[in-house]
Amino acid sequence: MNLLIRGAHILDPQNKRDGIFDLLVRKGKIASIQANLRAENKETEILDAQGLHLLPGLIDLHTHFREPGYEAKETILTGSRAALKGGFVASVSMPNTMPPCDHQGVIDNIIRKAREVPYHIFPAGTISKGREGKELSEMADLKQAGILAVTDDGDWVSDSLLMRRALEYASMLNLIVMSHCEDKRLSANGVMNEGLSSTRLGLRGIPSASEEIAVARDIELARLTGARLHLCHISTARSVELIRRAKTEGIQVTAEVTPHHLALTDESVEGYNTCFKMNPPLRSAEDAAALRKALREGVIDCVATDHAPHSEEDKMSEFDESPFGVIGLETALATLLTELFHKEKWPLAEIVRITSIRPKEILGLGNEFGTIEEGAEANLTLVDLGKEWTATLDTFESKSKNSCFIHSKFKGKVAATLCAGKLWKF
Amino acid sequence: MNDLKWTRKDLLGLRDLSKEEIALILETAKSFQEISLRPVKKVPALRGKTVANLFFEPSTRTRISFELAEKRLSADSLHVTASTSSMVKGETLKDTARNIESLKVDVVVMRHPSSGAPHRLADQLKASVINAGDGINEHPTQALIDMFTILEKKEKIKGVKVTFVGDILHSRVARSNIWGLTKLGAEVTVCGPRTLLPPHVERLGVQVTTDLKEAVKSADVINLLRIQLERQKESFFPSIREYATAYQINRDILKNAKGDVLIMHPGPVNRGIEITSEVVDGPSSVILDQVTNGLAVRMAVLYLLSGSAHEGEKEE
Repeated sequence: MNLLIRGAHILDPQNKRDGIFDLLVRKGKIASIQANLRAENKETEILDAQGLHLLPGLIDLHTHFREPGYEAKETILTGSRAALKGGFVASVSMPNTMPPCDHQGVIDNIIRKAREVPYHIFPAGTISKGREGKELSEMADLKQAGILAVTDDGDWVSDSLLMRRALEYASMLNLIVMSHCEDKRLSANGVMNEGLSSTRLGLRGIPSASEEIAVARDIELARLTGARLHLCHISTARSVELIRRAKTEGIQVTAEVTPHHLALTDESVEGYNTCFKMNPPLRSAEDAAALRKALREGVIDCVATDHAPHSEEDKMSEFDESPFGVIGLETALATLLTELFHKEKWPLAEIVRITSIRPKEILGLGNEFGTIEEGAEANLTLVDLGKEWTATLDTFESKSKNSCFIHSKFKGKVAATLCAGKLWKF
Repeated sequence: MNDLKWTRKDLLGLRDLSKEEIALILETAKSFQEISLRPVKKVPALRGKTVANLFFEPSTRTRISFELAEKRLSADSLHVTASTSSMVKGETLKDTARNIESLKVDVVVMRHPSSGAPHRLADQLKASVINAGDGINEHPTQALIDMFTILEKKEKIKGVKVTFVGDILHSRVARSNIWGLTKLGAEVTVCGPRTLLPPHVERLGVQVTTDLKEAVKSADVINLLRIQLERQKESFFPSIREYATAYQINRDILKNAKGDVLIMHPGPVNRGIEITSEVVDGPSSVILDQVTNGLAVRMAVLYLLSGSAHEGEKEE
């Protein structure tokens, strides 16, 4: 079936397109972008998009789909629906599944289930077998199965020799090494950012240095090996400075930040609500300001959700006992539009850069992502920039509702998503 | 006299309370003090009310103090401890709350190893919740006892210099005292090794020092915190011996202190470690007064929270 999107304001910074056009999708591909296109026949579905913006589809470098192993929290289907509702067309899935993504079979299974949705999932494989941080996983084999990246997300590879070998081996295969930077020994039994708030609330703190030490070591190993390194969910001002210096020195490092680290601070933990418990933890207002600045300057390349579903049962426990992690797919773009586009007057093209263009470049994807081009598969996000709304428990397609944005007011909402040519409206 | 009325459902910590609310509890406690001196140590204030004592962490002093306070107020009480009951093992806080609700309990006294647990329970319960110590966060009744004891001995709190010595980082007693004492205008100093001082603690309005001599010099009250011996294994200090050398309150160190200094300790005391026997049993020690005052303070808190105060007024 064909789809004609009428009167959308199309913004495609890569092709310098910024104006009102019609866009025709035929058999899943963008057939034509022109002013005043006509429906080809009666079968053509028409979507009136006047007043809406059509952007290159969002790409998330950091999604936990939880399948296989933790289907009570999320499945590939429910996670994909959450992503599509949030305007995403592709995700890198995290490998801390059960079994972990250290064998072809697990990767095959994820890709197959994503295709059934259809949603684009680029699974990350593990760096080490069983995510145990001891021996390298069979990365070449995993690459054949379709991975673009490796990570032991959730656990930093604390063994520096193993990490060196991982960077060398992965770079030979042109795989990106993604690192969850955290010296767990230093985090000890911390549950929130270490600072005035943790002292006020009587909760054990995770110091910023537990991330920064890991960032510094990983950058030095990237320097040593010349390999590509991607730093996950950066949360502190000092980490930003380490990345800035590394980039100036030509080290091949990229970095992501989550919407919640941009929008919230550790003061949100007041009330001991476990939906504000995540790793890395929400940091200080100074850290959040530094992260925004770094994102605008390109020191941090892009936004990633770290969508980490946990069931109500997991999250209803005490703050100390509750698992780390919050969901984020359905609120990510709204958070960025509210906080950056509306409040801080960022150009919309910058939002496209951090949600689509840079993630596409980091993954090395083709022109079906990050741009809006005739002939390419349609992966697009239609947005109502001015729509005001409040997130509630009903907002979420995700199987889990552990959002730190419940009751938050937003300006800007996803109106529809086209993924692999298929239209999704929720 | 304070003409404020108690309106809160729960007592979760002194961080949330106003100066006036703290003063009200202390005044109410004063009126309960005399009951324990009577030949018949019992009043009907909480007759017909049910109090559940939920102890998810071992406790002797706090538990028996609450139990006795409840008995003296004629409340019906039930006691659940993590080690004796299947009700709490592996059960979520939510289910615990629902069970308590079903038993039509009026007040829950809870001790829990996780900071914030009573806050979450209170959100889910119509019954009043009294925090009897949560993780490393607060122990409000103990701090109220300490303040009551200071008031009794020094006849004021404003301007009184109170020094806390020991493991400030993990001490819910210190944290509650800091909130309460600073609100009532006391001058608080915390003293301990750098490893056991909470980050940014000075921003709570207290003086910070690692030098015990300095800390005791001008103190009107020295409140000692129990040092947990396990902390040594976590590298908070090199050895008990070195800790005691630097932070033990003994007769020698007290030569630097004022003659009328009060020595307090929330218990249980590690004799010979954070404090020597000669000081525990010496003339400056008010440690047992704290225990006695614990009853009056806890009776006051139970009385205010159980709504009995309001019901009494309605009858008038």
